[in-house]
Amino acid sequence: MTEIPLIGEVAAAAITPLAGARIGVVTFPGTLDDRDAARAVRLAGAEAVALWHADTELAEVDAVVIPGGFSYGDYLRAGAIARFAPLMGKIVDAANSDAKLPVLGICNGFQILTESHLLPGSMIKNDHLKFICRDQVLRVENANTAWTADYTQGQEITVPLKNQDGQYIADEKTLDALEAEGRVVFRYVGFNPNGSRRDIAGISNAAGNVVGLMPHPEHAVEAGFGPEQDGGHSVDGLGFFTSVLTQIVGGK
Amino acid sequence: MTQETTAKFNIDTVANAAGTPEVELPWAELGLKQNEFEEIVKLLGRRPTGAELAMYSVMWSEHCSYKSSKNHLRQFGQKVTEEMKKDMLVGIGENAGVTNLGDGWAVTFKIESHNSPSFVEPYQGAATGIGGIVRDIISMGARPVAVMDPLRFGEIDHPDTARVMHGAVAGIGGYGNSLGLPNIGGEMVFDAVYQGNPLVNALAVGVMRHEDIRLANASGKGNKVVLFGARTGGDGIGGASVLASESFDDTKPSKRPAVQVGDPFAEKVLIECCLELFKHSLVEGIQDLGAAGISCATSELASNGDGGMQVELTSVLLRDPTLTPGEILMSESQERMMAVVTPENVEAFEAVMDKWAVEYSWLGEVTDTGRLIITWDGEVIVDVDPKTVAHDGPVYDRPYARPSWQDALQADTFTGSVQDAGRPATSGELAAAVTELVASPNMCDKSWITKQYDRYVGGNTAMAFPDDAGVVRVDEETGLGVALSTDANGRYTYLDPYQGAQLALAEAYRNVATGGAVPMAVSDCLNFGSPEDPDVMWQLAESIRGLSDACMELGVPVTGGNVSLYNQTGTTPIHPSPVVAVLGKLDDVARRTPSGWREDGQAIYLLGTTAAELDGSEWSKLRGHLGGLPPRVDLAAERTLGEILINASRDGMVDAAHDLSEGGLAAALVESALRYNVGARIGLGEVAERDGVDLFTLLFSESQARAIVSVPRSEEVRFNDMCTARGFAHARIGVVDSASGTLEINGVDALPLDALREAHEGTLPKYFG
Repeated sequence: MTEIPLIGEVAAAAITPLAGARIGVVTFPGTLDDRDAARAVRLAGAEAVALWHADTELAEVDAVVIPGGFSYGDYLRAGAIARFAPLMGKIVDAANSDAKLPVLGICNGFQILTESHLLPGSMIKNDHLKFICRDQVLRVENANTAWTADYTQGQEITVPLKNQDGQYIADEKTLDALEAEGRVVFRYVGFNPNGSRRDIAGISNAAGNVVGLMPHPEHAVEAGFGPEQDGGHSVDGLGFFTSVLTQIVGGK
Repeated sequence: MTQETTAKFNIDTVANAAGTPEVELPWAELGLKQNEFEEIVKLLGRRPTGAELAMYSVMWSEHCSYKSSKNHLRQFGQKVTEEMKKDMLVGIGENAGVTNLGDGWAVTFKIESHNSPSFVEPYQGAATGIGGIVRDIISMGARPVAVMDPLRFGEIDHPDTARVMHGAVAGIGGYGNSLGLPNIGGEMVFDAVYQGNPLVNALAVGVMRHEDIRLANASGKGNKVVLFGARTGGDGIGGASVLASESFDDTKPSKRPAVQVGDPFAEKVLIECCLELFKHSLVEGIQDLGAAGISCATSELASNGDGGMQVELTSVLLRDPTLTPGEILMSESQERMMAVVTPENVEAFEAVMDKWAVEYSWLGEVTDTGRLIITWDGEVIVDVDPKTVAHDGPVYDRPYARPSWQDALQADTFTGSVQDAGRPATSGELAAAVTELVASPNMCDKSWITKQYDRYVGGNTAMAFPDDAGVVRVDEETGLGVALSTDANGRYTYLDPYQGAQLALAEAYRNVATGGAVPMAVSDCLNFGSPEDPDVMWQLAESIRGLSDACMELGVPVTGGNVSLYNQTGTTPIHPSPVVAVLGKLDDVARRTPSGWREDGQAIYLLGTTAAELDGSEWSKLRGHLGGLPPRVDLAAERTLGEILINASRDGMVDAAHDLSEGGLAAALVESALRYNVGARIGLGEVAERDGVDLFTLLFSESQARAIVSVPRSEEVRFNDMCTARGFAHARIGVVDSASGTLEINGVDALPLDALREAHEGTLPKYFG
């Protein structure tokens, strides 16, 4: 029989994992997009490694994806409880270490990264107060991070966006610093779906190894599924995962 | 702890009940009729205890026992051929039916109502509707993979509609989005008949490997009974008996406490935790706790098993320690499951609970006594034959008769009526009519609703609204998947319940086939008024007869569903609204057919013929008319049309397909154009002449068994041959024109897509912000 693991069971694109790259995908209770993130990792050519919030070791992964969802229900504040998970301490240490572990936070993952102080600012409820699911155009403002190197500067990509608490806020000083240091990685184009300051969709840390964004690149990785584009489907999200692979395989 | 707790109540034990036959019990307040109470006394040979009364009252309620509809529902099991049974792995009666998909895969789906709670408290009512149907799917051993929500609210401009709309949509989104289940479709209908009684139905679909199918039964003496998930609280007490089995009127106190409160995080954890239990084969039987809570779970598990069950009620983990035994038995607190576990698996079971931080308590065990015995701190408070509670409830042969007003209603046709005066005829009037139609509340764009739902999560959504069917991939290796559509038309069914139910099935069947999938199975949610009204009972009886006949003719079995009665305000029932869900199979979801035109120059064909059938139509609704006869049902034509659409998809003969239903050809043309913002040039003269109808009728009639498709030039000959060979009417009515930005129909003023879009998309935001 086919086992149904917590994430995965994806057989599509049986590519040999590239140079044995291992990318961890974290599952908290309430995480929703872990299977999708693992699929994206595999489609990019790496091995997806399931990481459990209560784990105390990082299982020697080369990078980590913190996927979307509602960790622990997010009843207090999105990501507020998740930051205290045993595994998060390990991720924060590894991201800040000399090895600069690449970390990508998507949606709830982004919220967890701000709560963990790996990224500045915070997310509050969308300005229109409703959950919104739409195909969103983003501009890549920085193609030099661990997760965006396969894009070109200024490239516009289409990936799904779906959230209730997606309005990015920070004080003016922080926003100015982010802009000045090129740490605004993605901006909403055409329509700001949640009232985020300066149309910011995603940011990075100073070293560029930690990236967080509200939209969902892992939902735009496979023809036939994901946002509709030019009569077909956008696979614009795949670049996140191939970018980090290029960096891992090429040595930093 | 139990000492302290028991001291607070006078516990009515079985011994006490036997010795005090004279005690008056509040059976009427609990919704039981006198004859039902007397039947309980006869079954037990004594008066019931308070706890037994609580159990019987909820389990014998209309919602749980189907006492008014059972006699009629039997037809779904009787009108079934061997051919229809061949893919049915589990039929009606379990939490949800299971259908074989091939390659070792099975699919389970079910639709249910959560109407009354959603009127009282729209957010929680709609949210827990999703929660309940998803737990039904988990109970079968399946991983839920998608949800859908057919909604019916009052008139769009009524002041109370916004309250229900905002609450229900936010509740469905708030709960469903937190479960990681894509919402792939549904319906939204506004009609005054639903003003005081909105319909909030919820469908869930799940998939599993054949060997993972689980059933709700407690077998094997000595096996342990465990309750896990959320704690039991005071919410939803008597929800099934009081809320769902009575009509609302102003003379009774607020029913708010009878609505359950949902916790989607607890449900998400419960899903993953159950799947892990199934993966390691740690449960023998499993049942979700929905309507009637522990009363239902214990009696159904025991009744379906081979013995009895003994349960200690003080072991139930509570949110509120003051709950009485009766309240604990009746509570409909959400996110709870009950399972039967062998003694050897207890430790492994507990390890899974601990991993997911899910609370559990061992309540008792399976026995061989044939009795369901519930104790409170060791004293017996329930001692019943579980079958009498779960399965042998009262069955009523309610009187029914064709309403006295039905003939007059059917004689009142739209054509020639006062409302039909000034029917659009000039090219300008026709263009205005098309625009008015697609901006109307029922035909307008529904993305105000659907953009509040996550349609992407899971990464397997191959198609969703606004296409005809939702399509989800099941097997990532082969592309095997399922398609789903739900449909109902209360107006048609009001005019003719027998045909109306068949039309609902025909449309859902057609939608699934339009998406390219082979229809396989049916689930239905029968929303009607009070069965104690002979008019309503006739509508119900006729609808069931019509639906079961049509299922047999189309070869798609009913695998489960739900009956929701007492949907009325005072003595005014809703329109009879049988909502029919059809599930289909796609060998490879990559060949699903979307509804919108894309490629310039492709030929547009109209399949099927059009008669002057405007009665019950959306156009007649816009003019304030309801009378006459609904469109004629032709199931043989539906079947042939389905075959054409499926073959065309399989052989790559069509790029787009859209079924014609409410709003007729006019609505379909506009929707196919707006889907990808691609226009077309359409000429209907020849078809109008062939069918003997005028242009207005051709555009607005709702004749059945029709669809429009776009065919690549290279496939036209093959496509024509296929239709001709099957003797099915087909006509080339135009070409896709991607550059024009306009929908041009000969005889109708040009319809710029921008203006159509503004009209189509502006309606819901105008009313709801």
